[in-house]
Amino acid sequence: MSVPLTLLGLLEREPSHGYDLKRDYDAFFGRGKPLPFGQVYATLGRLARDGKVVVGEPEAGDGPDRKRYVITETGATEFEDWLREPVAAEPHLQTVLFSKVVLALMLGRDAEHYLDTQRAAHLQRMRELTEVKRSGSLVDALLADHGLFHLESDLRWIDLTTARLDALAAEVAKR
Amino acid sequence: MTDPLIHARQVTLAFGETPALRGADLAVDEGEILAIMGPSGSGKSTLLHCLAGILAPDSGEIHFDGRRIDHLGEQERSTLRRDSFGFVFQFGQLVPELTAEENVALPLLLGGAKRAAALRQARSWFPKLGLDGLEARRSGELSGGQAQRVALARGLVAEPRVLFADEPTGALDSLTGEQVMDLLVGCAREQGTTVVLVTHEARIAAYADREAIVRDGRATSLSGRLT
Repeated sequence: MSVPLTLLGLLEREPSHGYDLKRDYDAFFGRGKPLPFGQVYATLGRLARDGKVVVGEPEAGDGPDRKRYVITETGATEFEDWLREPVAAEPHLQTVLFSKVVLALMLGRDAEHYLDTQRAAHLQRMRELTEVKRSGSLVDALLADHGLFHLESDLRWIDLTTARLDALAAEVAKR
Repeated sequence: MTDPLIHARQVTLAFGETPALRGADLAVDEGEILAIMGPSGSGKSTLLHCLAGILAPDSGEIHFDGRRIDHLGEQERSTLRRDSFGFVFQFGQLVPELTAEENVALPLLLGGAKRAAALRQARSWFPKLGLDGLEARRSGELSGGQAQRVALARGLVAEPRVLFADEPTGALDSLTGEQVMDLLVGCAREQGTTVVLVTHEARIAAYADREAIVRDGRATSLSGRLT
């Protein structure tokens, strides 16, 4: 998650105070990992330095921060470019899972047991995310679904690899 | 540790020369939701059918609530299924000539309930499954998700001790399938019904408390007890 671009996106919606930006970030994107105030203001400072936001005049009122941040044309363009660009679809060919299976086979260890244990760990995490989905808000459910689909994809790989272990062991032994 | 509600030991079953189960062991606790997973042809549906008294194994033992059920005759197994078990299959298998509410009432009618009382109880399930207004429709007039929710109500209406669900979301799209699972788990927990669920989808299995994997006719469990 890119904090500067997310803050630009929130400012594209409407000019906001640092406190409001942190509140909205935590509600929609933080999910149990709140953004420290220090990081909010440091990020806003860098965005202002680079001409992507401008800081309004201090406003009268309670609390330490009454400065409103406004996105600039440069900031809005950068945000729009980022939003349009698809995320790189990386093949993840060298995953830890893959490495462990091949190494287990090379060393004559029980690769099937490793895959079964990994499978159980993945399903346990999927159960936790499913519970989040069942008891949380729609935003929680969407984030949980994202995690669930990735874990499911790993699991399909685990199942297929388990079914091909004998062939893979023969392939590894040949080299 | 209390005795499991369902306990299978060394269950074998062959279809002709083809072995489907080769000594499967499984234990299911009361109130538990268990997912049976495994590749196609691994024997997971056959195991479910044996646990549910639909198929009689060639050898091994199956106990339900402390009673051995694997050697019961067809009539006794039929009574057991009617009195203690509910079922949901991949394709709702609703009776096309009956309305949705008559389909839901079917297990109650087969159990000897009066028609008016059975229909009244059946209708009470429609709001909780989001089926309001569909009571008089026939299965051909229902979407896949609606038909499967009717099948779920039929499976639970008689408050069975165990609900056996064989790929209950297999014919549904992801979102509808998850809605059905959410309702299935919610209703089962509310009633304290034990659920044995066969699925090949990990996202569906994740609704269960734990999973058992069937490979080559044998079951393994890495997230809880097996026997």
